[in-house]
Amino acid sequence: MSAPLLSVADLCVTLQTARGPGQALRNVSFELARGETVGLIGESGCGKSITALALMGLLPEGARVSGSIRLEGRELLGLPEREWCGLRGRRIGMVFQEPMTALNPLHTVGHQIAEPLRLHLGLPVAEARRRALQLLERVRVPQAARRLDAYPHQLSGGQRQRVVIAIALACGPDLLIADEPTTALDATVQREVLDLIRELVAERGMGLLLISHNLAVVARAVRQLMVMYGGIVAEAGPTQRVFERLAHPYTRALFKSRPRLGLPRGARLATIPGRVPELVDLPGGCPFADRCERVIGECRTALPPPTAVAVAHLARCIRVHGVGEARDG
Amino acid sequence: MADGAPPLLVTERLSRHYRLPRETVLGAVHTVRALSDVSFTLHAGRNLGIVGESGSGKSTLARLVMALERPDSGSVRFNGQDLAALDASALRRARSGFQMVFQDPYGSLDPRRTVAQTVAEPLAVLHGAGRGEQRERARDVLDAVGLRASDLDKYPHEFSGGQRQRIAIARALITRPQLIVADEPVSALDVSVQAQVLNLMQDLQDRYRVTYLFISHDLAVVDLVCDEVLVLQHGVVVEQGATRAVFARPQHDYTRMLLAAAQPD
Repeated sequence: MSAPLLSVADLCVTLQTARGPGQALRNVSFELARGETVGLIGESGCGKSITALALMGLLPEGARVSGSIRLEGRELLGLPEREWCGLRGRRIGMVFQEPMTALNPLHTVGHQIAEPLRLHLGLPVAEARRRALQLLERVRVPQAARRLDAYPHQLSGGQRQRVVIAIALACGPDLLIADEPTTALDATVQREVLDLIRELVAERGMGLLLISHNLAVVARAVRQLMVMYGGIVAEAGPTQRVFERLAHPYTRALFKSRPRLGLPRGARLATIPGRVPELVDLPGGCPFADRCERVIGECRTALPPPTAVAVAHLARCIRVHGVGEARDG
Repeated sequence: MADGAPPLLVTERLSRHYRLPRETVLGAVHTVRALSDVSFTLHAGRNLGIVGESGSGKSTLARLVMALERPDSGSVRFNGQDLAALDASALRRARSGFQMVFQDPYGSLDPRRTVAQTVAEPLAVLHGAGRGEQRERARDVLDAVGLRASDLDKYPHEFSGGQRQRIAIARALITRPQLIVADEPVSALDVSVQAQVLNLMQDLQDRYRVTYLFISHDLAVVDLVCDEVLVLQHGVVVEQGATRAVFARPQHDYTRMLLAAAQPD
């Protein structure tokens, strides 16, 4: 059996903060096959963006990393920067949250899509421009031929994000990492951009890692879901099953606190007591322990191991079966 | 509502145009109609939600209601008073009745001023309150939004996004306004923090009898907080009415489209 497209095992990242070292990721493990779509959800500071940066070899200066990140069996941790440069934009495509800042305001859209084609594939200028036009048409930017010579500020937010996607796809990457790709867009445009990403992932057989804080966005776009909290993967499994079961107390609390259409006017939303601890203050055991309504002494002694909820569905909670039984809808 | 008292806020045929920069030196000047003929009435205690996508004119409407900009035509009446007819000092006095909370709690607080200074500033400007009274009142409103007196001398960078938005709400609350215009007050916050701030805003409404003009692209939030809703598209009101009725039986295609995008599938 060949190695999976992406295999992350026991990834730990320690960052230097103003108040000393903090564990930003603890024992993050997952696999991503070609054509598979995985969503990473969680709130600010949960480690989802650090996970993305680790996968792209872009962790901040002074970060300590251990564990393993393999792309088709090849270990990426410890690669020299020169080799990372050969991977980023070529085998790993990236789409970021804010299309205005991800694009260079001083270069035309056509120039920016052509750049990776010339850099990584060595295409001559005319050929790169021809391919850039094809890509722009593929991501359905209207009047693509005219837009090729437009500057980012002349495009709408949705069109700019399509350009960023075109750049990410230029060299035909195997893995697409999209960090909050639709957060800056209107809901109707969000949907179109997500559908485009899904379509391209299926068409090209890429693996997709979609990072978002928006549960609705993730629910419709990915088959597998990982919920992160305090640097750990609290729960992971098929999207549908995670949504149905809400096995980890954090997943459950997060779902309950969402405003939903049709709630009575003036209703109070369920909240999670306390707040996300800072990195250096993360407790040694379960990072959610201080805010969890089902906490027991053992929760604080060690990081809970991944516990099977069902087939291919894991939760890092020693009380996971209790939570499932106590389900109150 | 007392008989005969004017509604808290009435806008009549409010319009605002902006000039676009010339494309060439001698080219024609184009204008964009950011808001056209927007009329609504907001009664005390009945929160009004303004929904629409980016560019629909939501924030322009907020600036006009706050008298931060003058309309090209139409009027804004607060407690029966036409804001455009007031001179500078009368307008300043009137401002204690309506305050604003902005979307971005990172951009809306001055990083070089302490929480006490930021929160008490409207008092100092509007009422000329002395330092002791300012500090006292700042402590009271901080307490009301769930922060501590010990936070008074801290700076914005020492707080999380949700706490910063609490500080912004405290600042809006300190003049005891009847109306708070909240422009996307929870959009920049995480889901669980958003829930805390929405609950807080509703608690403050009960406690201080403040009414919200609530601008949001999130229909679920508007459904929760607002009695009335007004749907803007390209600066024009396409639909308005009781939130429950509009969301249950949208009459305009644009409202239907927004609702469809907000429904989980």
